[in-house]
Amino acid sequence: MEVFLAAAIVAGTPLLFATVGELITEKSGSINLGVEGMMLMGACIGFVVGLATGNPVLALGGAALAGGGGALIFAILTVTLRANQVVTGLTLTIFGTGFTRFVGQDMVGAVIPGELRASFAKVELPGLSEIPFFGPVFFRQDVFVYLGYIVVILVAIYMFRTRIGLNMRAVGENSGAADASGINVALYKYAHIVLGGALCGLGGAYLSLVTVPIWQVDVVGGRGWIAVALVIFASWNPIKALFAAFLFGGLGILGLRLQSMGVHVSQYLVDMIPYMATILIVIISTMRNRKEGMPPSDLSNPYFREDR
Amino acid sequence: MNFIKITKRDDLPRNKAILIRGVAILLSLICAGLVMLIFGLEPIKIYTEIINGSLGSEMRIKQTIIKAIPLVITSLGILVAFKMKFWNIGAEGQIIMGAMAAAYVALNYGETPKPVLLLLMVIASMLAGGIWAFIPAFFKAKMGTNETIFTLMMNYIAIKFVTYLQYGPWKDPGAQGFPKIAQFGDNAVLPAVFGIHAGWIIALILVVLMYIFINHTKKGYEITVVGESLETARYAGMNIKSIIITAMLISGGLCGLTGMIQASAIERTLTSGISAGYGFTAIITAWLARLNAIAVLVVCILFAMLIQGGAYLQIAMNVPESVASLVQGSVLFFVLGSDFFIQYKVSLQGLFRKKNAEEGGAA
Repeated sequence: MEVFLAAAIVAGTPLLFATVGELITEKSGSINLGVEGMMLMGACIGFVVGLATGNPVLALGGAALAGGGGALIFAILTVTLRANQVVTGLTLTIFGTGFTRFVGQDMVGAVIPGELRASFAKVELPGLSEIPFFGPVFFRQDVFVYLGYIVVILVAIYMFRTRIGLNMRAVGENSGAADASGINVALYKYAHIVLGGALCGLGGAYLSLVTVPIWQVDVVGGRGWIAVALVIFASWNPIKALFAAFLFGGLGILGLRLQSMGVHVSQYLVDMIPYMATILIVIISTMRNRKEGMPPSDLSNPYFREDR
Repeated sequence: MNFIKITKRDDLPRNKAILIRGVAILLSLICAGLVMLIFGLEPIKIYTEIINGSLGSEMRIKQTIIKAIPLVITSLGILVAFKMKFWNIGAEGQIIMGAMAAAYVALNYGETPKPVLLLLMVIASMLAGGIWAFIPAFFKAKMGTNETIFTLMMNYIAIKFVTYLQYGPWKDPGAQGFPKIAQFGDNAVLPAVFGIHAGWIIALILVVLMYIFINHTKKGYEITVVGESLETARYAGMNIKSIIITAMLISGGLCGLTGMIQASAIERTLTSGISAGYGFTAIITAWLARLNAIAVLVVCILFAMLIQGGAYLQIAMNVPESVASLVQGSVLFFVLGSDFFIQYKVSLQGLFRKKNAEEGGAA
């Protein structure tokens, strides 16, 4: 069980980064459906830099820049040029796929050097890893997973305990009122869209650098879309996003696990579970209709001062 | 930035709008060209070869048309949904389920006379695609669930389901263990007209029908009103739920039909990769065509040229096909951005004047 849960965390970490990234973007009022594309760009550039330098920090930096760069295109188009968010996000995904195929064409089958892989080896945190049950599950992971925990905590503090975080939520809830109170709406939107994209890029890099350190064309495989759904599941709360991502990580590897236990279910049918669960979540969270579980009021409403 | 003044345009003359679009496309080609230069490719040569590869011979033109057919029909399906601001991004899954239903008919009733069999396949595929779209539409109409995520997840379920069929119950026992579904019999294959499978006639008819439906029928008008303002639709006493469901049945049905055409005329069997990304590309083509059925035809042919030209690059110049998708992405970004300049007028003012108090006070 502990082994399975630990593996679920590994499978859930890319989802975690992407979910938190999209969560920040949505909290500031924009829905960016380009998560899949930004994850792909992050996976690709992270891999390229990792392969060339063998340096984990540079690889992660490259991935974050790639994801953030994709998000910047989205921000320019939707915030400044007022393009439709849904269509622009989809375009970003299509662009990210093309970009990754183009840049990654000569890398198929390339393997991340051992030194870089070693820097993502499991590290047992002294003390914490000795806690019964929780230790082996949460604290015998790689550095990247720990980075995920830190990001969640920082984002939670930022959103709920800082002035800038409050302003950011104000922009997402009511851009007009935020503008009237002197908040630079466009700047806040730009900053959080780009930050969100950088986190999505990191999520992609986990897949290409840690999960399978060999380059393959479609590394992300739809996880970006699951992340979009997880934001709803987590009702825009970063702490809930942590558990949601790990739960879905577990669902994703359930099929293989069941087969190794001798349960004969088609792997492809089990593979459907995360997607069906997502639909169920969308339905349930719509039914609950509680105040706290609702999307930011100004989500995906473009804000133009002149239109008021 | 206070000296930049943005005002909404009332109406821009059509030729000026086209000019702005043209400039945007030109800029996007230059931008993609620069990326190619960075990667040591020759952009001019690549662009001419894309045109040559898509229009350079009778065979290539036929290939381009064959690639335009699924794009046109799927775009029309998406158009109906988007007109209503129902973000159906589940076309991919609706295509697959349509193909699945057509394959079921083709594999089990293959001895039926050709016209009857093909008609049955068309009906089955449209029903299956329609049902796949009906499920999210039902929840949207009843409870207001987010259709974007819903339709998207339905894609993955469809892909996994067909993969399951391919590896499990529908696996062809005669394929020596290969996980593939049996080939259709001759009766289940669409006939060719002028050397191209009959799908092109269906596509052209549908373009005209869709244009008439949206612009000259009550139902089409209602769909447009629901898309523009729910309040107006409610005030006018329209049955919004039934409009959403009808439109999505049409949308999914058309996507399902695409699946049948691809399965019957191109693959002659069912595979989980049957939709080949057309469901997503069609979203873009429908949007670029500004949800106008006639414009869909033009945009889809241009996109088909890019797809076919890209495939040709791979074979003729050993330049990866993905160059074409890079060009695609670049064109899309620029055209999306150019809409701003069509809808708004940007003027510089106050550059040399003193800022007045109102402007100076804004952050």
